[in-house]
Formats: sequence, C-alpha cells, structure tokens
Amino acid sequence: MKQYQGQTLSWDLKDGIIEMALHREPLNEIGSQTLEELEKFVAVLQALSREAHALIIYSTLKGGFCAGADLRQLYGWFQEFGQSEVARHAREYLQRIHAVMNALDAAPLTTIAAVHGVTFGGGFELALTCDLIVADKLARFCFPELRLGLIPSFGGIPRLKRDVGNAVVRDLLLTGRSFNTTKAQQIGLVSQVVSEGEGLRAARATASQLAKFDRITTRSAKRFIKPIPLDELRQEIDIFCELLPQPAVQAGLKKFVENTTAQPYLP
Amino acid sequence: MPTAEKTLDEIITLAAAHFKVPREKLSPDDDFFKTLGIDSLQALDLLTKLENHFHVELPDYELQGVADFRTLAAKIQARL
Repeated sequence: MKQYQGQTLSWDLKDGIIEMALHREPLNEIGSQTLEELEKFVAVLQALSREAHALIIYSTLKGGFCAGADLRQLYGWFQEFGQSEVARHAREYLQRIHAVMNALDAAPLTTIAAVHGVTFGGGFELALTCDLIVADKLARFCFPELRLGLIPSFGGIPRLKRDVGNAVVRDLLLTGRSFNTTKAQQIGLVSQVVSEGEGLRAARATASQLAKFDRITTRSAKRFIKPIPLDELRQEIDIFCELLPQPAVQAGLKKFVENTTAQPYLP
Repeated sequence: MPTAEKTLDEIITLAAAHFKVPREKLSPDDDFFKTLGIDSLQALDLLTKLENHFHVELPDYELQGVADFRTLAAKIQARL
C-alpha cells in the first residue's frame, strides 16, 4: 500500500521517501481512529521499507504537529467504563499505542519528524520515536500530563531519557512547562532548526541525502545506537494505569474538556 | 540592559507585527487575549517569538494570570 488516504493521516511513498501527513482537526489529537490508521501503517511498514530509505512524519495543520492524546476520548472512558474499569481499558489501549510507537522507533529506515507549533504530550512522544527531529522556529515541546495528575504514557519518558540528560527530563516532567526550539536544540533534542514553514522542505532535503548511503549499513548503525527501552516502556504503562483512576485525574480531564476560555493550552 | 519601557515597547511592536494588527491599536494595559482575539495556542506562538527576540526562556507557567502587555513585559524584563 504505497499510498493511503485516511481520516486522520495519509501516506505516500515516492522516490524512496515515505511521507506521512497528520491531518486530524483540530490538532492531530491521537485517539482511536488515529491509532487504527497508525496500525495500518505499521502493518505495511516492513514491505514499504524494501523500497524506501526514509520516513518523514509531519502535520498539515496550521496549529502544530500534534497536541497529544485525545483527552476528550480519555474523559469519555470514565463515563463509559467507570472509575473501576477505566484503567483496564486504558492498559489495553496503551499496549496497542506502544506497539505502534515501538515499531516506528525500530523502523528499518531513517525516520524524521518535521515539527512546527504545538508538539505536546503524545505528539512529542511520536516525534521522539523518530531518529531525527527537524523543528521550525515556532515549535514548542511539552509534557503537560502532570497538569492532569498523570505522566506521559505513549513511551515519552524512556525515550526522552534516551536522548537527553536526566536533569532535563526532570525539569520537563515535573514542571509540565513547554519550551521552544532554541532550548530543544541546546539540549540536543532537535537536529535542525528552520524558519517558519520550512520544516518539511528541510526534512525532504535530509531524506534525499540519506539515499546516498548503503541501507544495510544504515540499519545496522541504527540498531546499534538506538536501543529501545522495553522494560521502562512497560513500567511507564503500569505507572500511568495506577494513576488514572485517581479522582484528581477525572477532575482535571473534566476541567480541560469543559474549558471555554481561550487558554486551555496554557498551564 | 534595556529599560522596562523599551522592553514593553518592543513587545507591543512584536505582537502587532506577528498578529498583523496596527501598532497604535495596542496599549500596555490591554488584555491581549481580547484585543488581539487570540487563543492559548497563539499566545504560545507569541511567547516563542518573544523568547527568540529577547534571548530568554520564560516558563509558560509564569504566564498564569498574565493578560496584559505591561505585566508580560515585567516577566521578560526579570529574565534579561
């Protein structure tokens, strides 16, 4: 399946580069539909990789790359399953999410996230599965989960720990603050910083460069330098599922979902 | 180090340019959410622009309760 047009994302393989566009309004929130379409992609990734040397993930939406998990869906689970059952349902869901994220993380081709604007929560975690992050000057990164009494659950903590120092991880996780591309580059998270709107172009130029290298060598190098922290990823799911049934979490989600002010993305 | 007044002036000028609003329509004590008609995502864009311009890092939790340019300028000034 070289081309796919879905409700939340699409992809296209051309000239050895797979471009995956995220386009779920309003801000690519990752819910069940996105998960299903990512699973479709992962199911064909090995086959696509025989003809591709690079994958670029980007967003076509003005507001940013991805605002994270679909919090309205998460809040809906409390209504649907009740406090006692919500963690069980969340665990099943997260295991599917992790399977997708792990597959992207280990993809047998070089992966590039071209990000702009809001790159929060699950969106940040999706970017962290990629080998390289190209960010435009208005990108902002954040793990806001603590504001809801939760921790990141799509694999963000182990992946961030893999890439940056522990002090940075503590700062981001414990303050829940967002930070800009300049800071992201300073801490070694972002590979390239480009002008507004130039992320995809820069990612394409990088992907074209990658075509010059031997694919078996690139894959071997990637496997060597990019271990996947499977034990910690499983532990992250456990901690999230312990926290989820807390009354403060449901209250925080309710507040977010019912927020009618202009400021839901500010702490 | 620039004075607080200069910082305030630069912030208003940057906000006007970023949101394509005439500079003269903005005042230091305006509620910028209402005057500019922006939401939190656009406020984060403005924050990024200001951080890049002034070469500072301003944690976004410092924006809690901040809705006017004068208070925002004081927050930036404290980081210069």
